[in-house]
Amino acid sequence: MIKRFLLALALLLPSVAFAAGYSGPLDRADHDLSDKASLQRGAQLYMNYCLACHSMQYQRYSRTFDDLDIPQELGEELLQFTNEPGGHKTSAIDGDASAEWFGLTPPDLTMVARVRGADFIYTYLRSFYADDSRPFGVNNDVFENVGMPHVLEELQGTPRRVEEQRMVDGEMKDVYVGIRADGNGTMSPEEFDQAMLDLTNFLVYTGEPMILERQRMGYFVIGFLIVFLILTILLKKEYWRDIK
Amino acid sequence: MSNAPVDKGRRRFLTVATSVVGGAGALAAAVPFIASWSPSVRARLAGAPVEMKIDKIEPGQLVRTEWQGRPVWVIRRTPEMLESLSLTDDEVRDPESDQPQQPEYAKNKHRSIDPEWFVAVGVCTHLGCSPQFLPRNFGDMDGVDSGFFCPCHGSRFDIAGRVFQGVPAPTNLVVPPYHFIDDATILIGLGEDEGAV
Amino acid sequence: MSRIMNWIDERIPFSNSLKLHVTQYPAPKNFNFWYIMGSLALVVLVNQIVTGIWLTMNYNPSADGAFASIEYIMRDVDYGWLLRYMHSTGASAFFVVVYLHMFRGLMYGSYQRPRELLWIFGMLIFLVLMAEAFMGYLLPWGQMSFWGAQVIISLFGAIPFVGEDLTTWIRGDFVISGATLNRFFALHVIALPLVLVILVFLHLIALHEVGSNNPDGINIKKPKGSVPDDEKAPFEFHERYTAKKDIVDAIPFHPYYTVKDLVGLAGFLILFAWVIFFAPTMGGFFLEPPNFQAADPMKTPEHIAPVWYFTPFYAILRAIPDKLLGVIAMFLAIVFLFLMPWWDRCKVRSVRYRSTLHKVNLTVFVISFIALGYLGVKPATDVYTIMARIFTFLYFAFFIVMWFYSKNERTKPLPERVTK
Repeated sequence: MIKRFLLALALLLPSVAFAAGYSGPLDRADHDLSDKASLQRGAQLYMNYCLACHSMQYQRYSRTFDDLDIPQELGEELLQFTNEPGGHKTSAIDGDASAEWFGLTPPDLTMVARVRGADFIYTYLRSFYADDSRPFGVNNDVFENVGMPHVLEELQGTPRRVEEQRMVDGEMKDVYVGIRADGNGTMSPEEFDQAMLDLTNFLVYTGEPMILERQRMGYFVIGFLIVFLILTILLKKEYWRDIK
Repeated sequence: MSNAPVDKGRRRFLTVATSVVGGAGALAAAVPFIASWSPSVRARLAGAPVEMKIDKIEPGQLVRTEWQGRPVWVIRRTPEMLESLSLTDDEVRDPESDQPQQPEYAKNKHRSIDPEWFVAVGVCTHLGCSPQFLPRNFGDMDGVDSGFFCPCHGSRFDIAGRVFQGVPAPTNLVVPPYHFIDDATILIGLGEDEGAV
Repeated sequence: MSRIMNWIDERIPFSNSLKLHVTQYPAPKNFNFWYIMGSLALVVLVNQIVTGIWLTMNYNPSADGAFASIEYIMRDVDYGWLLRYMHSTGASAFFVVVYLHMFRGLMYGSYQRPRELLWIFGMLIFLVLMAEAFMGYLLPWGQMSFWGAQVIISLFGAIPFVGEDLTTWIRGDFVISGATLNRFFALHVIALPLVLVILVFLHLIALHEVGSNNPDGINIKKPKGSVPDDEKAPFEFHERYTAKKDIVDAIPFHPYYTVKDLVGLAGFLILFAWVIFFAPTMGGFFLEPPNFQAADPMKTPEHIAPVWYFTPFYAILRAIPDKLLGVIAMFLAIVFLFLMPWWDRCKVRSVRYRSTLHKVNLTVFVISFIALGYLGVKPATDVYTIMARIFTFLYFAFFIVMWFYSKNERTKPLPERVTK
């Protein structure tokens, strides 16, 4: 009960919005850091699709394996692309080359969730759409003219902006209703959303890998302090009976 | 001031209880500060086992490597060196290696898995200098030509890293955990059947 | 035990100082909630010093290594994240308690004669604290650190003639660089904390010299011989205090206020721990999101705002449509606070017995301060800028209007003795 209350308080905090110039509504990323299977899937997606360009230089492989319940040997075999034991996740391409290809070095993503928030990432990953005017043939709804190709197209299929005839103010108009994939991807829309939630979950984890430990410790500390508070109140009352 | 008599017992109990709980809290608050001084993850990972190729080492040669930031020696001992160990038996402090300065599998006369190969942490057990390896002209003992000499305070060790009597160093040189992966490779930092650190 | 104490006391006035400042210090018995802030500020100061020392053990003050070393502390050092969150939360907590402490002083006239120096030491503490916080904020070398420092240092560029040279001199480079980082580090970890500790010491000495004010704002020290024995406070106070005055309505600081402050401390620690363990960024107000990106001199974050405790002054700066005047207004906002003992010419201290006009004036001032703080976080749109100007005007009006009305203010009669 008290756990829920403390966490709920934290969620009520007004967040300062710092999304990349985008102030529209974001989809809520209902992620769960205690869901190890989701984190594992997210880690796998990151290694396969993101790490080639986006380094994760502050997060160690060995820690990821520990925290996500992945056996070290298995992790090293399947997920780790550098040989150094306990190394940090660096990207496969070097900064200068990528700056030539993309116009800038793809940012390190260790703490992207702390910079932009989980909701932004979750929405961003699902907001690519085909746009022939762009160099990579895609644009993004929440990050206009983003300089990144849609690397997850093989999973999602080709996403397109869909407009439908709707009745607006008594008139039939073309209204933008969202992004739909062509169906040529390996995942269904639901599977893709879940995969992006897993990836978001993983990025929230790497941003602050000690979140769960921190909260666990918090319950103890606050529980202890409440006992201490009660004692000090009794003590104060006892002494202050002298006064007046 | 109220005229009601002060309940001294209650007052003392609450004072003691608050002090005890507050003291426990202060102690608990000290934990992060103390714990943060232990080696960090980076330091612990730097202590990961080190692989070393040994097929190019000549008899009588010492090769250094780094493990946990400390020098580790690998020496390929000659038959003469091994023979000298019988002569120093009476001169060293701990001939049977009773002090736990080595893994169980190196607690023997030559202080190693294979008599030919001696592996040791090259740090003097006195105050932490790194002793010199003297392959010849070690001293005036007949038949004992080689050993280790610490330049800082003059401690002397035989070719199995056993400390001589009458020098400042208290114990034999430390033998780290290690094992042979194959004839040409040695892994320092991990024994044969030990799990990952 | 007592022999050891005697041995010490013959060489240094230990027991005597303890009596003088703790066990036999006469504190008014009617302190309310607002009077715990001073003790709490002391606790936070200790927290900042201790966690700060521990952070420097792993922090790397260089442009290349600073950002990564923070993440090293957060991830690789055992409990490093806790030490860092204690320090970052402590910075904000410091300003929370100091602002409330200052508000207490304004409410009960604690700056008035004879406490002018006490107030000025306090204001100096506030000033040094702002410098300390500002320099500390550069150290993580994130985007906000970099660009925040860029903006604040540029303020000095508004000074005529020497401005440009001055900013270059402060930075030690033509841009914010490793040189700036290193000097800020030196000032943040040793120079300013030393000054701060000395000022806190002077603040306390001044407090104990003149004695604590109280919510009624009346003296608890009466002329010697004017109070019958059975009216005097029935406790033993240090003869330093009783030699020249008769003391009424006072209680020894220890044990009565130590146990009371413990309650305040426990309550404060619960809030403090809640932030550390459940909301260390406080929704982006204590640790700002762009600061989780390493400093990039080529790219300013889209929206930069100072940390919340600077925003009232930042809003004043932005409200004035002239660079130099804006900077002057911002500094005047602090200078005016320094001069509180002279703006207020009323003889009655506590707001409880002051005129309605004064109550309204003080309320408007507090509202203006909070509103300016809010506006400082927001982007400067047209409406917000106009609002910021109005509240800036009201902020300064507080002092000036007071100077006029306080001389002949219609006050309520003061009680003879403190009220409960």
